[in-house]
Amino acid sequence: MLAMNYRGPYRVRTEQRPMPEILHPEDAIVRVTRTCICGSDLHLYHGMVPDTRVGSTFGHEFIGVIEEIGPLVTNVKIGDQVLVPFNIACGRCNFCKQGLYGNCHESNAMATAVGGIFGYSHTAGGFNGGQAEYVRVPYANVGPTVIPPDMDPDDAVLLTDVVPTGYQAAEMGGIKEGDTVVVFGAGPIGIMAARCAWFFGAARVIVIDHIDYRLEFARNYAKCEAYNFKSMEDPVVFLKKITDWYGADVCIDCVGCEAEGNALQTFTGKITLMQAGAATALQWAINSVKKGGIVSVVGVYGPPFNYVPIGNVLNKGITLRANQASVKRLLPKLIEHVQAGRLDPKGLITHKVPLEEISDAYHIFSAKLDECIKVVLIPSTKS
Amino acid sequence: METKNFDYKNIPGWGLDIDERNEPTYPMKNYTGDDHKRSDYEKPPKQPVDVEILKSTERPEVSAVFGNASPPSGLSGMIRRYAFKHSEDRYRHWIPLILADRINAWEGIIEDFRSGIIPNIPAERGWKSEMKYNRAELTKKILVTGVISLVLLSYLTRKKR
Repeated sequence: MLAMNYRGPYRVRTEQRPMPEILHPEDAIVRVTRTCICGSDLHLYHGMVPDTRVGSTFGHEFIGVIEEIGPLVTNVKIGDQVLVPFNIACGRCNFCKQGLYGNCHESNAMATAVGGIFGYSHTAGGFNGGQAEYVRVPYANVGPTVIPPDMDPDDAVLLTDVVPTGYQAAEMGGIKEGDTVVVFGAGPIGIMAARCAWFFGAARVIVIDHIDYRLEFARNYAKCEAYNFKSMEDPVVFLKKITDWYGADVCIDCVGCEAEGNALQTFTGKITLMQAGAATALQWAINSVKKGGIVSVVGVYGPPFNYVPIGNVLNKGITLRANQASVKRLLPKLIEHVQAGRLDPKGLITHKVPLEEISDAYHIFSAKLDECIKVVLIPSTKS
Repeated sequence: METKNFDYKNIPGWGLDIDERNEPTYPMKNYTGDDHKRSDYEKPPKQPVDVEILKSTERPEVSAVFGNASPPSGLSGMIRRYAFKHSEDRYRHWIPLILADRINAWEGIIEDFRSGIIPNIPAERGWKSEMKYNRAELTKKILVTGVISLVLLSYLTRKKR
């Protein structure tokens, strides 16, 4: 089968690889029909996530058809069209039982700091991902969800990560009616978080980024204000000023470890790797939120350590909330939002590329060429 | 102090201020109290361990399922094995892993040649799309690299003379 193959930082290709096999009685094999490149895949692509091994296949956003099931799989059957949450979750441990499907205790032997994730380095379990024609899906009784027959596959594939992560980013913000919400990052997750902030009663949603075409996209898609931090002397002062010198009620970090905008963070986090990426967005979020405000983090950072103003978290009485999205928990509500026309996930897709052209797809997304927002890869086995 | 069989509920005031709504993880977490059962839950069947798995020292055994992509090998594998002797709390876990990743990229190139594959690095880096969408920047990069190379070359050859 054809699959993506990571060869080192900024180098990926497709090649023929052995078909995945059932390795556990609750496994399924899924024939992939759509798979995306996630913004967080770029952290792997750029070599920012420790224990990303050459030869791995990335991809944690995918949908497909069940081709084979293990002897203990009962919740899905061969031929079902399923969307597969990016978290690998057993459904039995005390984290899964409490809805924390992103923190499963039985899906990652290599680290306790994160649950298992498809195609997201050995730090996240060493699973091959869905940027391939076929993929092994563990715990097939828990994750895979049958796609409603009337749902567009382009909407379905974005329900595996982008929509739940953006939604949970807003949800973790504890947004109250009338709140001002600032979202850092105008990538797909940031745009979705800004869109979802309205569901919780926000009165004002502001997106901060430095790429003009993305800011324009965010304005149109999420009906929000959007500002380029490169056009301002100090984004924190700017945000204080436009919130009556009070600070935002809620700040959301949708950027993670490859932020721009602070020379020291960039030098220590991206150039010398003295910390787990540049935590500029998180620093700005902490410093821009009001006293007693909430900072929600869904931007991905490496596991080791980051320089952030934790003293300000204490002194301002900030509540810091963060997690990998619990996709399975959110799916029923989000499917309803999509079916009711309140959310338009596929509106984020700007590029559809054959799986064979994955090297160019990664480069287009990484270098933000051709006004790229979201790339969907189509394997040739889709029909 | 042994606390396991200690009847803490007899401490004066125990539990008086319990507030079920004081749960900062809600709604992410549907708090059931099961956390207090720790690792006492119905365990899934185990995936047979038939490849080398580097297990975190912060857990007692391999998780019920695990990925089998790219088992450790070569020099990078040796470094990864060293890293996994240390907990996720330690620099000596993560920094060797980053080093191993960089070495692994070179091992990948050697492996390609051994398998008769000449890696097309420009193609792997997506230069076709760079040509299509960012030609001016690419031309600038090539020109700058060319000029620097020429300057270096002429400096080195002058020194030899």
